[in-house]
Amino acid sequence: MKRLFISLLLAGACAAPVAAEGIDPAKVEAVFKASFSKVPEGWASRLVQDETQAECSKYRDNPPAAAADAIVAREKKNIRYPADGKLMGDWEAAIKDADNGAGKRSTDDPTKAAGGNCYACHQLDKKNVAFGTVGPSLLGYGKDRKADEQTIKETYDKIFNSQSVLACSQMPRMGANGFLTPEQVRDFVAMLLSPDSPVNK
Amino acid sequence: MMPRRGKLGRLFAGVALAAAAAFAAPAWADNELDTYKKMLADPFANPGNLYVDEGEALWKKPAGPKNVSLEKCDLGLGAGVVKGAHAKMPRFFADAGRVMDTDTRIAWCREQLQGIPFADSAKTAFSARGKKSDMELLTTYVANQSAGMPLSPQLGHEKEKEALAIGEALFFRRGSLLDYSCATCHAASDTRIRLQPLAHLTENKSAGKVVGGWPVYRVSQESVRAMQNRMWDCHWQMRYPSIDFGSEATVALVMYLTKMGEGAPVTAPALAR
Repeated sequence: MKRLFISLLLAGACAAPVAAEGIDPAKVEAVFKASFSKVPEGWASRLVQDETQAECSKYRDNPPAAAADAIVAREKKNIRYPADGKLMGDWEAAIKDADNGAGKRSTDDPTKAAGGNCYACHQLDKKNVAFGTVGPSLLGYGKDRKADEQTIKETYDKIFNSQSVLACSQMPRMGANGFLTPEQVRDFVAMLLSPDSPVNK
Repeated sequence: MMPRRGKLGRLFAGVALAAAAAFAAPAWADNELDTYKKMLADPFANPGNLYVDEGEALWKKPAGPKNVSLEKCDLGLGAGVVKGAHAKMPRFFADAGRVMDTDTRIAWCREQLQGIPFADSAKTAFSARGKKSDMELLTTYVANQSAGMPLSPQLGHEKEKEALAIGEALFFRRGSLLDYSCATCHAASDTRIRLQPLAHLTENKSAGKVVGGWPVYRVSQESVRAMQNRMWDCHWQMRYPSIDFGSEATVALVMYLTKMGEGAPVTAPALAR
């Protein structure tokens, strides 16, 4: 019954499945893994889904309520903060980093920090028109909110681990996945909330 | 040929940059780019069309350790039939015991007929800048021989059905450091990354237009690129290791994408950014 309900939900909410129902996820994983014969040292884990990725794939990013609650609960535990506890960093460093799409690809220098590449999906600064629209516009983010302790923490948590807020969010779990450091994340917090940041000009 | 291609690339890049820098309305930039695309889609101006003739000559030329041509290659419609074959890919090939797309089948034929190891075709399938790859030439020729015919992925065989199911599951499979799936970028209309409009690949019209055009001449890379390159490129951006040329996962994805675009005419080689 539950399965039928999910099927109906999926058929209605997303692209109608053409064939994937009934395919064993283990088979899909095996085919995927077997399609990479050369895996650089330390990269094998990238081919293996964690529980959250597997759940979101299974439900095509529309998890039923119980699964969504379980994801959010798990990801809330998967947030780390900078050692000194400060969650507002340097917006000037962040606004440059927001424009950088390089990092952690097979052709990138592995010793360099990855860019946040926020502009790929979000509008940030009125002056930079080369912004994507996959995510919401963040123009004026800090004008719409009071930068109190709670807002700062919520903003940090959202960037560090988007799925601690919304299960199967399309936004990467930037910090939780080790893509950005906690220090980079707090710089982005400042970029969004500081009144001096171009986001709020 | 080279200076002309280089000049064209610079011209196009210049227009794109000017559009991006000078105008705040991205819709305008898209329209300008569309106008340029139309101009460049003129068969006498699209450099991809040069690959068709060169690819045909290569197809018919004896090569490899066995010094034979590819004319006896069976692309699914019988040995030697090139016309219409690409439109019916991917499909199951009993002699290979697996489903293949056009790129993979050509590499397989090169190994079987000419004695060129599949791994060598895989290694040279993506050209370095300024140096054409035999695989890109051959794939462009073969695809162009289906120009105007509707995309008709073959789904009669169990293995073909399985490839479609796996490809669909992979399209929605989230993973790696950025939690992306193909659907993150390609399951909605009217979205873009930076200024680049994204194809809506679960929608027939949009998918058909895109898939029917491959292999495409990519202006930014000053070269034709075939679908296996597109599969590699997306996985690279998703922070995976290099996905194998002709792998089961890439062919399954091509099967799913072709099914999504089913019925659209083949327009290869189309022109892309």
